[in-house]
Formats: sequence, C-alpha cells, structure tokens
Amino acid sequence: MTDTTIDPAAVTESEGPQLLSWDSRARRIVTIYVPLVCFLIVLLFPFYWMAITAFKPNSELLNYKDNNPFWISAPTLDNIRKLLFETDYLHWLATTMGIAFGSTFLSLFASVLAAYAIQRLRFRGSDYVGLAIYAAYLVPPSILFIPLAQVVFQLGLYDTPFALVLTYPTFLVPFCTWLLIGYFKSIPYELEECALIDGASRLQILRRITLPLAVPGLISAGIFAFTLSWNEFIYALAFISSTEKKTVPVAILTELVQGDVYQWGSLMAGALLGSLPVAIFYMFFVEYYVSSLTGAVKE
Amino acid sequence: MATVSIRDVRKAFGSTEVLHGVSVDVADGEFVILVGPSGCGKSTLLRMIAGLENITRGAIAIGERVVNNVAPKERDIAMVFQNYALYPHMTVRENMAFSLMLAKAPKEVIEAKVGRAADILGLAPYLARYPRQLSGGQRQRVAMGRAIVRDPQVFLFDEPLSNLDAKLRVQMRAEIKDLHQRLGTTTVYVTHDQIEAMTMADKIVVMNGGNVEQFGAPLELYDRPVNLFVAGFIGSPAMNFVRGQVEGEVFRSGAVALPLPPGLRGAAMAGRPVVYGIRPEHWRLDGQGIAATVQVVEPTGSETQVICTLSDARMLGETRMICAFRERITERPGQELRISPDPAVVHLFDEASGARLN
Repeated sequence: MTDTTIDPAAVTESEGPQLLSWDSRARRIVTIYVPLVCFLIVLLFPFYWMAITAFKPNSELLNYKDNNPFWISAPTLDNIRKLLFETDYLHWLATTMGIAFGSTFLSLFASVLAAYAIQRLRFRGSDYVGLAIYAAYLVPPSILFIPLAQVVFQLGLYDTPFALVLTYPTFLVPFCTWLLIGYFKSIPYELEECALIDGASRLQILRRITLPLAVPGLISAGIFAFTLSWNEFIYALAFISSTEKKTVPVAILTELVQGDVYQWGSLMAGALLGSLPVAIFYMFFVEYYVSSLTGAVKE
Repeated sequence: MATVSIRDVRKAFGSTEVLHGVSVDVADGEFVILVGPSGCGKSTLLRMIAGLENITRGAIAIGERVVNNVAPKERDIAMVFQNYALYPHMTVRENMAFSLMLAKAPKEVIEAKVGRAADILGLAPYLARYPRQLSGGQRQRVAMGRAIVRDPQVFLFDEPLSNLDAKLRVQMRAEIKDLHQRLGTTTVYVTHDQIEAMTMADKIVVMNGGNVEQFGAPLELYDRPVNLFVAGFIGSPAMNFVRGQVEGEVFRSGAVALPLPPGLRGAAMAGRPVVYGIRPEHWRLDGQGIAATVQVVEPTGSETQVICTLSDARMLGETRMICAFRERITERPGQELRISPDPAVVHLFDEASGARLN
C-alpha cells in the first residue's frame, strides 16, 4: 500500500498540466483563430463595402474627409428606390432567374444520365468519355464564346433567353457530371444489383434507387449550376443586346455605368439584391452541400 | 423450386481465368453450400448463377432452362447479399414489397405476402422502420424477407452471416436452416466459414483456386476428404498432418512409426513420400503408443484439447500436434503423454499430388 501514496509536495511543485493548457490555448489562438479572423476579414470586407455603399447617400459616398468611410451617418433607401423603380431591375432579376433555373434543370438532367452511364454502365471507353467531358470544362468561356456566337446566330437565338439557357450547359454539364460521378460512386453497387434481381430496369433503378439516394449530390450540383449561371457574365454580354432581356450582372454594369459616370449607390444596391437569391439558396441547402462534397451515403 | 445445374463453367476477367471448369448439380430443394478460402471463386460462381456476372464458357441451367443469356430478373431467383443491400430510403415494408411492386402485383397480394414473410421472420413490429433503425440481425432478417416474398425457384446467399457477431451468427444459422426446412426452396449459399458449411448444408462444394476440390455431404467430406486441401479445410481444430514414408506395413516419420489405415498394402507404396492425416479426436490415450510432449492444455469441459510435439516426427505446415480427448488431462506442460491413433479412421495422402491413398 505504501508505494501507492502520493507525495503532496510533488503535486504542487509540478504545474505541468496548467502550463500545458495555457500553452495549447495560446497556440490555438495563434494557429487557428488569428488566421481565421484575417481570412474572414479579407472575404467579408467586399460584402460589407457593398452593403454600406448601397445605403449611403451620394454626399457621404464621395466625401471621405467629413464622413467615416466605413460607416453610414444617414442611411437612405434612395439607391434601392432608384434601382427598382427607375430601371428594369425587377425584369432583369426575373430573366436571370428564369435562365438560371432553365439551364440548371437542363444541365442536371443531362449530367445525371451522363454520370450514371459513365459510372455504372461501364461501357467500353467510359473512362475516356469521362475525361473528354472534363476536358470540355477546361476550354475557357472567353475562347468558346466566339464559335458559340456563330452557332447562336445560325440558330436564330441571338438576343433571346434561349441563347443563354442552351449555352450555359457547355460549362455546367461537365462540372455537374464530374460531381455526380463522384457521388454515384459512393452509393453501394449491391443496392443496384439487388434491384436488378428484384426485377427493376436500368431506368427504374436510376429513378427509384440511385436518384433518391443521390439527393444531396443533386442539390449540390444544382446549387453550383445555379450559382454559375446566375453570375455568368461573358456569354450574357455577348449574346444579349436589348436592355430588357439582360441578366443582372451584365445589366447593372451596362445600364448603371453611364459613360464614365459610375452610379455607385445603385450599382452596389443591384449587386446586393442580386446576390441575395444565391445566398438564400446556400442557406437552405448548406448541409447537403457539405455532405455531398465530403462524401458517403449513410444507411 | 428447381434444380440448378452448373456444367463446366469457366470465368475469365480479361486474360485471367478465375474459374477453371466447375460442374455442380444441385437437386430440387437441396441446401448446397459453396465454401473455400477467399479468392477461390465461390462468390463469382454465385454471382454467375444470379446473372450478375457473364459466363465466359460452359452453361448454367435453372430447372430445365439454360440461363446463360437470361437477365437476372427473368431467372426467378432471390439473393441475400453480404451487407444486406437494403434500400436505405425505404421502410422495411417497402423494402420487402419492392420486387412485387415492380412486378405490378395487386395491392392485396403484396400486403398478404409481406405480412406472411414478416410473420415468419418476426418482423411484424418493424415494418414501418427504416433499415438504419434496425440491429444487424433484424437487417439480416429483412434481407431474407425480401427474398421470401418473391417465392423464387432458388435462394442465393452470399456470406450473409459474416457481418454479425458470433452469438447472433449461431442463432441466424439455425434460423436459416429452419427456414429452408419450412420452405423447401433450393438454396445455394456461399461462405468461407467451414462450420457454417458443416452445420447447415445438405451438400458442400469445397472450392480452391477456381476448382471444385470435392462435392458431397458434410460428414462424407469430414470422414473421407479426397485430398490434403479438403482434409485441412474441413474440421476445426484442423486435421494433423505428419510427413514421412511407408516402410513395410507402417508409416514412418523420423523415429515415429504409426499404423497404416486398414486395407492398405504397404508394399505397393514403399518409400513413397506420403502425408499421414489424423483428426485431433482420433488420438487415443493408452499409455503405450508414441511419446508426445505437452505444450498447452486447453480444457473446454466436454473435452480437453492438448497441443503437443512429437519428438522427431516431421509435420506438414504446423510443427505442433493438436489432440482432443474426452478424458481430463492432469499432465502439465513439458510432461509426456503416450498416445496412439485409431487406425480405422486415419487418412493417407500422396505428398506430391495431395490425393487420398486409402
């Protein structure tokens, strides 16, 4: 028994555990929180700037000497009123929304079929087809829009929303296909074999087994596609000319910058309102989004 | 119900052949187990019966019909997978009804069949649950229920018990056997566990390296294994093998001499390298036989297993001999036992080919 008694002096002398916890807390602050805060400031400052600019009166906006540039003294809704009632902003918003939904739906439809075929049917050369689809994604839109413009003109789609609904899939399909290939891979193949024995056809398997299990993947592919088409600039600039058919990113730049006069307040209000739908989308589906990128179907 | 006839079936993945001409006949209502070490091709063969793998050469017939080019769903089979393959987004009821729904069976028929299967398997209280809310044993039962509702000609099981803990495995083993006796459906079952094979099967197919080593009733395989592989694979603890040669009318390994099995003429194989096989329970303690030095004594109550070494004998693989006695053993490690084999039940194999000689 004697050799198990603890010497009280030994305990008070060594403050090892406390020292260690102080050390680890300090280390955590330096290695995790400080970099995180810096990162957040860099990321969020543009949004902050956009938000306060949208609510600043012009006098404050241009006079930094008498006003604090990082704060608003007299907030106003003038910029937003001007944007909504003196421009076609609501119209642009509706067009953008329609185009984004249309191209997202088309791309998801094509990508689901492509990804399923490449991942599950394992036809001869499926790996190469997968690579080829990915290679298509690597062609930059700034080059691709020149030949695409020819196609759009030939088909008589110039200056119609279909010009965008049908060209956005050129970069959405490769991306969504690759995302979905990865997701389908995480669904156990036995489920499909079992359904095959149960009497399901390939399309029934896709519809009743694979797709319901791939919902998180579909949602994240959908969010990606929606965001990319919502923010797309170069095709929208090239293929649409009439003011009322423009999408938000193009319209606020071409309609709210008159000559060399930047209407900063309205510009930022337009950008702020324009980023809200995407932000709301992310907010609802962020969990699916993360789970689909980090993997695995849970039984 | 139907017979399953496998005729000289070969399977190649690219240029690698994994099944080298397998022939097995499963009679109507029989419970046949494919057993062998991993990579022996047993699961591939099962998947070929199911139609999930193409048949490179040969033919598989279910009933009278050759099914080589018949889609899985047309083969009238049901399969239970190792990880159960339950549809995670469907309830137990939906899982079991899925195949009937696809076949567009009337609602009342589906209800009746699912209800009956649930009663048989004790799943009635869980029909509204999702697979993730069930224990391993319950999931296993749902997988079987899904097979039962289809009332197929053949049940296929692919290592269905390997994900369960030891106690549950024993329980499910009895349940599957009982189910087979009640339904009488022809069953092909794959496992790597020879105890499962011994306890459940009407007939066992022992496979190794893409070939069938032996096909027969469990005790036939145990009592008269046709070669060294089957002898070593079937039985736990495994058969002991001693290397040596025949001299006169005895088997000799170093200084150890053992009696030949009855009916075997020693003169015909004098000097030939052979392997003497004896199961642990076929050693007798008689106070006179050969000397064995005790290393470990493992009493289980009903019997006592003794791990010992035979001085001077050359063993095959293992260097130690396992004996199982009905008697209680009082000897301590290091002490000597006198043991002799029961010559009526010993086995003799050719060392080069591994084939049985007696």
